[in-house]
Amino acid sequence: MDITRFISTNRKLLLVGFLLLILIFVATFPLYARQSQVRVLTVILMYVVLTVSWAMFSGTTGYMSLAPAAFFGLGIYTMALLQDTLPFPVIIVVGSLICFVFALLVGLVTLRLRGIYFTIFTFGLVIFLTELVQYLETRIWNRHGWDVTPIGNATILYTMFIVVVVTVLAIYFIRRSRYGLALLSIGGNEEAAEHMGINTTMTKVLYFAISSMFMGAVGVVIAPNLIYVNANIAFSLIWSFMPILMAIFGGMSQLSGPIIGAVIFGYLEKTLRAQLFSYFMLGFGIIMVAVIVFLPTGIIGLVPMLRGKLGGLMARLQKGEQGE
Amino acid sequence: MPILEGQDVNKYFGGLAAVSHVDFHVEQGEIVGLIGPNGAGKTTLFNLISAALPISSGEIIFKGQKLSGLKPNRICRMGIARTFQETKVFANMPVFQNVLVGAFFGSQDRVSTADAAREASQALEFVGLSAMSATPIKDLTLENQKRVEVARALATKPELLLLDELMAGLTPTEVSEAMELVRKIRDGGITIFMVEHVMKAIMGICGRVMALHHGEKIAEGTCDEISCNKTVIDVYLGEDTRAGS
Amino acid sequence: MVERIPQLIISGIFLGGVYGLLAMGLSLQYGVCRVLNITHGEFVMLGAVLTYMFHIGFGVNPLLAPVIIGPLLFVIAFALQATLFRYLKAKAPAQPIFEGNALLAAFGMLYIISYIARITWSGRSFPSAYLSEKITILGMDFTLNQPIIFAITLALGIAVYLFLSRSRMGRAIRATAEDPGTAGLMGVNTNMILAFTFGLGALLAGIAGTLISIRTSVSTTIGFNNTVIALVVITLGGLGSVPGGFIAGILIGVVSQLVAGLWEPILTVPVYYAMLMILLLVRPTGILGKK
Repeated sequence: MDITRFISTNRKLLLVGFLLLILIFVATFPLYARQSQVRVLTVILMYVVLTVSWAMFSGTTGYMSLAPAAFFGLGIYTMALLQDTLPFPVIIVVGSLICFVFALLVGLVTLRLRGIYFTIFTFGLVIFLTELVQYLETRIWNRHGWDVTPIGNATILYTMFIVVVVTVLAIYFIRRSRYGLALLSIGGNEEAAEHMGINTTMTKVLYFAISSMFMGAVGVVIAPNLIYVNANIAFSLIWSFMPILMAIFGGMSQLSGPIIGAVIFGYLEKTLRAQLFSYFMLGFGIIMVAVIVFLPTGIIGLVPMLRGKLGGLMARLQKGEQGE
Repeated sequence: MPILEGQDVNKYFGGLAAVSHVDFHVEQGEIVGLIGPNGAGKTTLFNLISAALPISSGEIIFKGQKLSGLKPNRICRMGIARTFQETKVFANMPVFQNVLVGAFFGSQDRVSTADAAREASQALEFVGLSAMSATPIKDLTLENQKRVEVARALATKPELLLLDELMAGLTPTEVSEAMELVRKIRDGGITIFMVEHVMKAIMGICGRVMALHHGEKIAEGTCDEISCNKTVIDVYLGEDTRAGS
Repeated sequence: MVERIPQLIISGIFLGGVYGLLAMGLSLQYGVCRVLNITHGEFVMLGAVLTYMFHIGFGVNPLLAPVIIGPLLFVIAFALQATLFRYLKAKAPAQPIFEGNALLAAFGMLYIISYIARITWSGRSFPSAYLSEKITILGMDFTLNQPIIFAITLALGIAVYLFLSRSRMGRAIRATAEDPGTAGLMGVNTNMILAFTFGLGALLAGIAGTLISIRTSVSTTIGFNNTVIALVVITLGGLGSVPGGFIAGILIGVVSQLVAGLWEPILTVPVYYAMLMILLLVRPTGILGKK
């Protein structure tokens, strides 16, 4: 039986089967896994959302956003502040909307300009929020951080999974739509895109804002798992760099690239980070440089190369079988 | 009323006048050529028409409507499409998607997905590149990439097409093919305004020619008038006009 | 409170000199090499910490420390540009992709340098006490090191400006920044120029670090905040404009002292950010910036 032919003719079926397997896996995971492992899976799913939503905008348009930490942190703080006043699902929506508004404002001001200003200002947004929140906490609210009441690990896992599904579906459909094409054309040649009738500024602003919503949502969902949050935790720049590293490592040309990157790195980060924090951060820096230098198209970029090598190997084997 | 008209058009970069007191007009159905030495302001003028650059003073009028203050995407939807001197294709997509962008976003009204796909296919067929629809555009030759640019512009259903050095870098055979294409486009009802260095193309297809030098219009008239014009000969035609840069 | 304003302003100007110096280095690196060097602050940190180490360990006068530290940082940065960023530029299919990759690589370097420093020297604070006698100018209190530091930064600023505008190498640098291709054709060794400029930027950062360590206590964790300030200043002054960077540095210095003195120290960065956002709405190219 020819494996490659089997795979290509039954692609859709295999994909659906694969997704069903994932669904069953996640749904049953809390039943047999340890609590700590459930939390690891939740964090991996969180990184999937952050990575995919970052890649959705920055990967297509080429405008590098460093803002994921800002929106993630806004989500966390929305949960921290509203945890006793509103139901969990509502807080998720509120957190997303708050991020949408912030992203809209920053986008409207900075996306009319060169990409480097956008990058600087998304970076600045993270710092701005960190310091502003620290000010509010120390002077106005008189507290150091917030305690977030834990919700069951399984509930968080399932909620996170729902956010993942919503995010991936939304991005999948946007990619396939004319708006995904518009985003891609902005990344291809922004001036030409503008000349083909696309309002590039509004397109960029809108999709930047949409991508921010998913980041805010996962911030809300993960907050109960963190138990205690403060500005440095919520808005730490690691929440920006990890998704970027994951997206680049996985490769951004396909939707699956960021997902693969997130899964691999999410697992590594969760298991390694606790020990030897300084060494972890050092290793993170080294990996980041290494990935940029050696793997700029990501793992996915290796696939055509691997397929070529594998195809060549198969051909040689077949020739060998047919005799000298 | 001319389809495109420029009145006392000026563009300054700091103290330097790239375009200086230029009046021009293009009538519907014409193929008008724009010639001049490098740096004469030809592409700058196109950039002013398409609003890639803001005009310093003066007025450009398309179908009776002033273009000042409008953005390029609006101008495209109004019916002006263009190609670029340094080919600006979307290098991250296949050929078909490049043209599809024009089809989706370039026309006046909203286009359904089916209609856009049809427009794109037709535009590709018109320029003779249907066979390459699925090829990544970065794998195409420069000549073919220029053709895709033309198809992309046509997919926006323009009334006026600005061609910027379409023939640059083409062999004589390719130039003749391109000339045929331009005639075909005009016969389909689209007015053409083209910047060109390749004099064979200008003389072969243009009804009227305008010459710029140091940002100013130095001559205007039929091909015969221009080729006999002393100033034009001194400044430009007498120079080594190679077939493209 | 209002009586304090003149003192805060002058304090801010003194401080702003250092900010201007910070910005100049980063501006050179971005303007010429097109690398937004996020690691800049870490070079400041290295300058600061090494100055302290040499002072305490070997009794080296802090004002002389740059003689050793400067070339050291220059060499490190020179090597970085000549290897890492040059490789990235060669590999990148387009300029924006190069700048994006360079930025991310710089972030990686930030973590590498910062955490090696933290592992080596720990994160504790190193106090300063050099030239800290109180003096009085026009009836207001300052420490001696403030005006001295300002004078040094001013001198350096002028020196760099003259170097860039008058010297042959300076012209080569400006030509490379404008149009690397043409500069290369005219005989400029662009790779050398890029590496040199990058090194120069780091050297200026190191000197800024030395000056900072004279004024206040430092640690291995100060890098990041200095990068933020440098970014704020060059955004205000216009990316790539060296005199604009210096003037913007003084402005930011004044703003920081006013905000810290009259309102709330922790709000300085939010105020910068809000200021910059508003400025961008009105004038997208900064004070003296080019496009």
